[in-house]
Amino acid sequence: MENILEVKGVGKNFGGFTALSDVNLSIRKGERLGLIGPNGSGKTTLISCISGALQNDGGTIRFNGESIETLPAYARTRRGIARSFQIPRPFASMTVLENLMVPLAYVGGLSGSKARAQGLEILDEMGLAEKAESSSASLSQVELRKMELARAMAAKPQLLISDEAMAGLSGSEVDDVLDILIKLNKQGITIIMIEHIMHAVMRFSERIICLDAGQIICDGDPKTVVGNPQVQRAYLGD
Amino acid sequence: MKFWIVSALAILSAVALALSGANEYLFFAGFVVLQAIILATGWNILGGYAGYVNFGVPGFVGVGAYTALALHLLVGAPLIVQIVAGAAMAALLGLAVGVLTLRLRGIFFSIATIAVVFILEAVVMNSRFLGGATGIQLTRPDDVWLFGTYTRMLFVMMTLMAVVALSVARYVQNSYIGQGLRAVRDAEEAAECSGVPTLKVKLIACAISGALLGVAGAPMPMYLSYIEPLSTFNLHYAVIALAMPIIGGTSHWIGPLIGALILGTLQQIVTVTISSELNVLVVGVLLVVFVVAAPDGVIGLVKKWKTSSK
Amino acid sequence: MFFSFELLFEAILFGLLLGCFYAAVSLGLSVAFGLLDVPHVAHPALLVVGSYGAYMLGDWGIDPLVAGFLLMPVFFLVGMLLYRFYYETFERRGNAAGVNGLAFFFGVAFIIEVLLVVAFGVDQRSAEADYIGESLRLGDLRLPYRLLIAAAVALVLTVVLSNFFSRTFVGRAIKAVGQDEGALRLMGADPVRIKQLAFGIATSVNALAGAMLIIVSPVEPTMDRIYIGRTFCVVVLAGMGSMKGTLAAGLVLGVTESIVLTLFGASWATAVAFGLLLVMLGVRPQGLFGR
Repeated sequence: MENILEVKGVGKNFGGFTALSDVNLSIRKGERLGLIGPNGSGKTTLISCISGALQNDGGTIRFNGESIETLPAYARTRRGIARSFQIPRPFASMTVLENLMVPLAYVGGLSGSKARAQGLEILDEMGLAEKAESSSASLSQVELRKMELARAMAAKPQLLISDEAMAGLSGSEVDDVLDILIKLNKQGITIIMIEHIMHAVMRFSERIICLDAGQIICDGDPKTVVGNPQVQRAYLGD
Repeated sequence: MKFWIVSALAILSAVALALSGANEYLFFAGFVVLQAIILATGWNILGGYAGYVNFGVPGFVGVGAYTALALHLLVGAPLIVQIVAGAAMAALLGLAVGVLTLRLRGIFFSIATIAVVFILEAVVMNSRFLGGATGIQLTRPDDVWLFGTYTRMLFVMMTLMAVVALSVARYVQNSYIGQGLRAVRDAEEAAECSGVPTLKVKLIACAISGALLGVAGAPMPMYLSYIEPLSTFNLHYAVIALAMPIIGGTSHWIGPLIGALILGTLQQIVTVTISSELNVLVVGVLLVVFVVAAPDGVIGLVKKWKTSSK
Repeated sequence: MFFSFELLFEAILFGLLLGCFYAAVSLGLSVAFGLLDVPHVAHPALLVVGSYGAYMLGDWGIDPLVAGFLLMPVFFLVGMLLYRFYYETFERRGNAAGVNGLAFFFGVAFIIEVLLVVAFGVDQRSAEADYIGESLRLGDLRLPYRLLIAAAVALVLTVVLSNFFSRTFVGRAIKAVGQDEGALRLMGADPVRIKQLAFGIATSVNALAGAMLIIVSPVEPTMDRIYIGRTFCVVVLAGMGSMKGTLAAGLVLGVTESIVLTLFGASWATAVAFGLLLVMLGVRPQGLFGR
């Protein structure tokens, strides 16, 4: 049982403000991890440090045994870490398919008809195949979220970090996206899911980690974490 | 294929024109328009494709011009060598500014490019070798192989350079690099997470853009037979280099060409019919009008018109 | 290069006064760009418009400093309208508007320059007042009154603005809107109106600063170019959005420029601001006082 990701003693400061302090966690290959915590607890900061969007202050991050703290984000993506953004960031001047062609080219080295074929396959799995030639700027919210995931998948990740992919979606849309994530996990992809929608987190996660004020306050199986009084205070005591 | 045929025709027409008995003024004016095309095309590679606004165009043009001057004074280098050297120095300048500021937000890159203009101007003003504040006069060779006058030869050379610039822009746009640049322009953080080495890609664009701007500047000393810092480092170049691609359309290599032709013609008309101050005002007003009302330029307007008439 | 400690001392003193002036001129940009993140490269152009405004009012016998105060409400309105237009046209349209926003302000700056040339010509214009030619004598030193007044106004402005932003509700809302719009909305305040107000304040300060500019030296239409360097240098040096930092940064720039002017001459002095700016961007982009 190898750990795909090992985070040891990671911190992050912004000026005088400590966003993360001494965070330790290890993730097994193929695991489904839910990351919860009240607003401002450091969830997005933590995954930004993992994905490379931010540089951590102190501590180590190992991916598949390799130290990655000094690597720029694109290099981490090429090694197999992909993330979707809380607020979708489509390449607005491109079509949906063209959006996928970017990671297909820059991570997979594919172009032309091979890239198109793979792109269409991924879109099909996401239920976006008909929108392939539409401008990405014209998509609905849930379609944008799916495209974010599709684009992350086009980078052929081993570890996928989904940052509140379901925020603001309706009940059936949430289930839609959840089914996609479960399906991807069955294909062998390790997934970290940040989410506020509790029933989705409970349904999806094998294990849950709760952050509060930049520190991990609970780490374990879903029922235990949710029943933990500290966790409940963190959410309600605000 | 079409592109190459048209380019070849353009060069041949330029040569034919130069060999004909046409009025010398035509070649002076033609030089200005061709220079504008190169400026606009070069600027757009960084500004349009990547979304980073270079205000310091006069600095890059000046580097091209003064490098050419230096080579001419030191070793009497032929024009083509001057141009290549000017392009190389300007490319280096582009890289330097990029390395310094591209990790920061876009506006800092833009401010840094303005800084470059003033610093370079100060350097030239304090260099007696480069002519200082008063400038330097050059003598051009009288008898030029085939074309008779130097101006005609310059005209043909500039046509060739314009074709080179346009083919470079076209190549970049359709290449792997162009794909990455577009992703950077649309959503830089997402591009980085999609595996695009954003800093590297931006630096490449800086270098290519800088080089083309240097190409536009290098022939200037020979064209004018004179060079001095005030007019070379004039911010007027910055406004024009910005206005042309924005008017024509920044997403495609043909936009700067369209913008250069429209603006060039308009400027000639205004200068001749009204005045030369107003000419400069027209450029500024058009820039603002297009940025506000038609940010995708003429290309965007044509696209809209096509889809609405379906 | 004749070097003497007396010369150096005079240069530093002169630089401190000049630096106060540079700080005053940059305060508006500290708000517009430092706090609100607007790529306002037309700020120095508006400064020059303020100078010419004071010059025109001077034709009616109005003292330039008074003229500056009179122009402030006008500039306040102009600032509000300008921001509103910028917001509706660019900020609303999202990310891709970054290039266009910059190009817009650059175009506006250029148009202002040309209109000033058409209206006033390219020659320099000066203001007239009793204190402009005179200097205060302290022993062997001569401190020009015009600089002393500009420095005094600058200090007062810095104190007023600094207190405004830290003590009044509106001021703190402006500081907050740069950092967390969402929180402001929750408090019931409209971020756009607050930003509009802030931009109006920044532009009205510019009117006063413009009046001081023409007190300190003659103006001509293309002066906005060198002031782009000076004001952005000060704002970057200060670390975005700090009023007191702006004063300190202005002093640093003023003294550096003055020393370079004394040792190397005027043609290098104008490049100082830009050079300092580049060095800061490369070495410590968050500024001397920013975090």
